[in-house]
This record gives sequence, structure tokens and C-alpha cells, in this order.
Amino acid sequence: MFDEMFGTDENIREPYRQYQDWFKSEDAARLHKKSAESEAFFRRTGITFNVYGREEAAERLIPFDIVPRVISAREWSRLSRGIEQRVQAINAFLHDIYHRQEILRAGRIPAELIANNDAFLPQMIGVSPPGNIYTHIVGTDIVRTGEDEFYVLEDNARTPSGVSYMLENRETMLYMFPELFAQIKVREVNDYPAKLRRSLCASAPPACTGKPVVAVLTPGIHNSAYYEHSFLADQMGAELVEGHDLRVVDGRIAMRTTRGYAPIDVLYRRVDDEYLDPLSFNPDSQLGVPGIMDVYRAGGITIANAPGTGIADDKAIYSYIPEIIEFYTGEKAILKNVPTWRCAESDALAYVLDNLEDLVVKEVHGSGGYGMLIGPAASKRELAAFTKKLKARPANYIAQPTLSLSTVPILTKKGLAPRHVDLRPFVLVSPNRTEITPGGLTRVALKEGSLVVNSSQGGGTKDTWVLEE
Amino acid sequence: MFRQLERSENISRLLDAGFRIALTRSSAAESEWASVVATTGVKQLYEKKYDQYDAANVIDFLLRDKTNPSSVISVIEGSRNNARLVRTALTREVWEATNECWMTLKALLSSPVRTRELPEILSTIRHQSALVRGALHGTMLRNDIYDFARLGTFLERADNTARILDVKYYVLLPSASFVGSSMDNVQWETILRSVSARGAYRWHHQGEISPISIANFLILSRQLPRSLAFCYAKIMDNLTYLEEDYETRHKCHDLAKTVRSRLKQTSIETIFEDGLHEFITEFIRDNIALGAQIEKDYRFNG
Repeated sequence: MFDEMFGTDENIREPYRQYQDWFKSEDAARLHKKSAESEAFFRRTGITFNVYGREEAAERLIPFDIVPRVISAREWSRLSRGIEQRVQAINAFLHDIYHRQEILRAGRIPAELIANNDAFLPQMIGVSPPGNIYTHIVGTDIVRTGEDEFYVLEDNARTPSGVSYMLENRETMLYMFPELFAQIKVREVNDYPAKLRRSLCASAPPACTGKPVVAVLTPGIHNSAYYEHSFLADQMGAELVEGHDLRVVDGRIAMRTTRGYAPIDVLYRRVDDEYLDPLSFNPDSQLGVPGIMDVYRAGGITIANAPGTGIADDKAIYSYIPEIIEFYTGEKAILKNVPTWRCAESDALAYVLDNLEDLVVKEVHGSGGYGMLIGPAASKRELAAFTKKLKARPANYIAQPTLSLSTVPILTKKGLAPRHVDLRPFVLVSPNRTEITPGGLTRVALKEGSLVVNSSQGGGTKDTWVLEE
Repeated sequence: MFRQLERSENISRLLDAGFRIALTRSSAAESEWASVVATTGVKQLYEKKYDQYDAANVIDFLLRDKTNPSSVISVIEGSRNNARLVRTALTREVWEATNECWMTLKALLSSPVRTRELPEILSTIRHQSALVRGALHGTMLRNDIYDFARLGTFLERADNTARILDVKYYVLLPSASFVGSSMDNVQWETILRSVSARGAYRWHHQGEISPISIANFLILSRQLPRSLAFCYAKIMDNLTYLEEDYETRHKCHDLAKTVRSRLKQTSIETIFEDGLHEFITEFIRDNIALGAQIEKDYRFNG
């Protein structure tokens, strides 16, 4: 097992050396006190989230661990090159798949994988989004298994969340341990909202004549990520709107204000495709704006991310990303994919059924750790139930080996103890540039040995430090 | 006393902004600390005592040093002493909040402040000051005493905002060598941070940051509670109430009116054309003169 602080042999790894020097000189009682204080800090900021299906806990805090996750400048440079390559290939793929579909004609991806996929939106065929950008914001999930072993777990090209934690975790650390930042040179993340705004404005639609008006579309106060929606709107100086605040006025999307309806140029929407427009998608949706897709097609508004980007981060497409990168960039993928069995293929299904107790099985369209099976941790009964599901709808699943995820220590009552982590850096794409904020969201499984880092399943977060050169 | 209370709050904001730069941009730390000290107007005193600007010295000097009449501990002590002198003029709640502010900060600042405690201490200073202000708003009669309390607050606040601009005006000038550099962005952000107006500015200008609009915001905005124009609108209000109450118009009324009209009639473009620095220098001079005139007209010193 690879620990990012202590390596494999209890020798401190270079990126953590300065931190460890500080840590050793600190009084344990003070650190525990600080750790408890951090909770009060988050409560005061109001950075809470809601868990679906749990009435009694309407507002919960994601546990925060005060030991940072540290990434060296060298590691970061490789990661960011790999992520940039991936994100650019995904944008090229999306444009292609909604236009000429060259990649299908070349036989690099089976056509039925697209045609039978719910994430593929026929309404987007032939539509070119402003600036030709599909994924304005991407949150690439990355896991590590060794010194130089990084894998991309998911591409999150729809509406990735968690960036508010990246920012608030840093603020909390700056507040609690200012002296650390005086000693260790950590790259800043706090200009993310300004960059997000700039990036969104750079993709303004043809109908925008003056300074672009940006708004954040939230499903509302009951959404699990509502805090983040309000936070980003506030930090960008953009309006926070819900579907019922918006309507079509003179071929534009306009928001209700105290001075009448005012047109919006760029809508950063945190509402899923399905609910975006009851006239085009789910007719029962109360969260969207009737007619927004027509305005979009006519160049009256930028929707970020574009509708239909889900086809690129679909778990069935995921296994083809290395081919997608080669097809559009002519380069080999810098970051590896996790080996994936597509259960739609009969050989793969047979292998998966035979080795279920060693594999992780995921729903193709699932997210947030819901509806997945972790073979090694599952009971006989769970395995049997999942076998049935697999046989009934094989195309609905993919399987991957259980990776030995790297660990980073957390502070426990008994001192430092290793826990598994993943990493979600945030990428901004505009017609002029692709920017990756040096840092990201590190999620950490708080239970010993657990591999599930999702906050909805009891995971926590850490501040993520990218060191300066 | 409200003048002093306002000052403690402003020092806390300035230190907060300076500390932030020092943490995240170590190369700029020394010059940042120097400008924090210059902004509080105690540069000479500081340089008599210390040879260089480092975090520990500046923090100690501005928070705890009793030989510095503008340090937080000095102004809070002064504020509390003044409150005792005029105890009968204050409501019980205002007096208790002031006294508690003093007790809390005295205990907090009794030993040298370590860097790692600074953020917490600075936020306590602002909290305590907010409590006194809240008690004032909620319980005091709107009589001449209240008017004088408000005059003190806004004279001090205007002075502070003007001094921030005075020390930092060069980063707001459209000089070719600076434009667009990331250092500039940090400096502009510090200016906004030191008047707690980062969020407000973001809203007002939809995220776009430019020196001329920052200057406009801090000098001429009628909405920003720490802008020069806002402070003078309030000063004018309170002086007018006094005029009505006492049925006497003094020289200070005319003085304030002149400054206010200048802020109302000018535009930021004109200010830049005529020279931002000259404008600020003149403003600071007039503001001091107005303070002195009010003291004279209302016989504060016998």
C-alpha cells in the first residue's frame, strides 16, 4: 500500500517533509482542539450539504481533516498535462458526436453505444455551442496507487461539484494555521471564482452585445449542493436564479428582477439535462425554463456545461477514452484509465460474474457512490443479488478491479493514521484557454480500510496543496 | 470614543489584508507591512523603534504597543476611559459593551500575539467593536450625543479610507509598467479587503476589477459604507441635526458642505486628470481641519 506521506517504507516523502517537521513540533492537544474548531468554522460559514433519503439530517457537515494532502510541483505538472489533454479530447469528441460522428464512421467506438445511450441528446445534433465549448467546467477524478501511478477514475463533464470545498478548506487552513503558509510555499486557489467568471464570459453567445451577464441556475435550497451554488454566485458577483425566475423574453432568457426582466447571457446551470427544459426533455420538470433549448439553438444564451455532455463521461464511454484521445489529438493518453470490463460484452460479463468478489461494479449512469457493489466488502447475499441484476441488464454495468488506492494520514485520537483518498482537480475551458486550478478537492474515506470516499457515504475532505516549484 | 473604536476596527482590517499578502506572496511581505504602518499614520514612530518591517514587530506595534497612541490597545483603553468620563451620556448597554470590549481585548493582548493566533484575534476585535455599535444603534436616544458619536465614527472612517488610498494610490494609476500584472491584481484586492469591500465590489462590478472603478468605488460610491462620499453624506446629516437642535450654524457646517459638494459634483475621471494623489492629500487635510473645527465650534476643549 502506498502512503503519500510515508511512501511504502515509512520514509517521509519529500513533498511532506516540511509539513512533518512542523507537525512533529506541534502539541497534540492543540491540534485536536484545532480540529474540533474547524467544525465550528464550517458551521458558521454554513457550508453544509443535504443527503437525499435522510429526513432527520437536513444539514450535515462534511467532516474536514486538518492534515493537508500535498502534491509536488513535478507531480502536478504531469497531472495537469494529462488532464488538459483529456479535457480537450472530450470537447473534440462531443463536437464530433453531435455533428459528423467521424469516430463512429471510423469504427473506433461501437455506434450502438451512442444510439442506445440515454446520455446522448438527439436535441443537440447539429447544434454548435458558443465558442464551440461543451465542457466549460470539468472535475476529473483521479486516484493514485504508487509513486508514479495515477489513474483517471471518472471525467465528470456534466455539473461537477465540490469546488466550494476546495476554496473553503483552504480558507479554513489559512485561518487556523497561518504559520504553515508562511513556511511552506503553497500555490493559491482563491482566484478560481474570478477565473470561472472570466472563462464563462469568454464563451458568451452571439446575442450578447455588452458585458456578459452571468447567472447560476440552482434547483433550489433543498438541493444537496445548494451551498455551493450560492457560494459560487456570490464569489463571482453573479445572480443566483431558479427556474421559476426565468422566462423567454424577445428570444432571450431573462430573469425576474425588481426592475423588470433582464436578459442573461451565460447560464452556469447546476440542473441536470433532463430537467433543463420541460418542452424538450422531462415535461414534468419544475426546475428548468420552458423554451430555453430553442433560445440556445438560436445563439441567444450560453448554457454551461452544454446539454448532452453526459455522453462523454458516461461510464460505458469511459473505457474508450484512451481511443478517443488518440483519435482527436494523435497522442497517447498521458494519464491511464482504470482497466474496465464492459458488461455489455459477453466475454467481459462472464469474467465479471466469475470474479465478482474481487471487483467493483458500477452502474453506467450512477453517481455519488449510489448503486455500486464493492466485491471484497460485500456479503454473500449482496453478491447474489448483484449477480441477478447483472444478468438482467448487463449493459447497465461496468466492472473494475479494486485498486489499492493511495492513503494520506488523517488525525485520529491515536495520532496519524492512513486513510484512502482520491482527488478532483477543477478545469476551466474557454475558447482561449484551458486552466487547471493548482489544487482540488481531496476526498478521504474516514473509516479504516474503507475505499468509499463519497461524502454521501460518510467520506471527508482535506485541503489539497500543490507546492510551488 | 467612537472615533477610537472605529480606529481599532480599521487597524484590524488593515492587518488582516496585510497578513494575507504576507502569507501568500512572501516576496511582497516587507513592503506590505511598511504600507500598513504608513496607513495608520505612525511610520515615524515605528521607524524610531525598529529597523525593519517584519510581521512580528508590526503586529506587536499595531496591536499591543502602548507607546503607539494608535495601537488597538491604546485606542480601546482611550475609548473606554472616555466612556467612563461621559458614562451618564451613554445607555447602560453601550457602556457595558464598551467595557466588555476593553476587558476582552486587554486579556487577549496581554501577551505577545503569535502569528498563528492572529486571524482569530483580528476577528475578535471586529466583533467587539460591532457589539458596541449595535448597542449604540439599538438603545441610544437620537440626540446630540448620538450625533457626536456618529461624527467621530465617520470622520475616522473617512480618514482611514483616504489614507489607504494615499499609501496605495500608485497601484491605481494607469501606468504602463503595472497594468495587468498579477501583482497589481493582488494589490487591488488588498485595497478592497482592507475596507471589507471585496464582496460588495464584486457585486457592483460583476467580477471585473480595474483601478479606476476601485478608486471610484472607494471615493465616490454612495452605497459603500466606507467610501469618502458616504462618510460625508453621514457627516452632513449629523451636522444638520445638530444645527437644528442648537439652532446655530457654525463654521464647521460650511467646511463640511464644501467637501461634500466637491465629492458630489466631481467624477472619477476628473479626479484622475487633476491628480489622484493631490485629491487625496487635500481631502485628508480638509478632513482633519473639519475635525478640529467641530471640536472648536462645540467647545470640546473648553
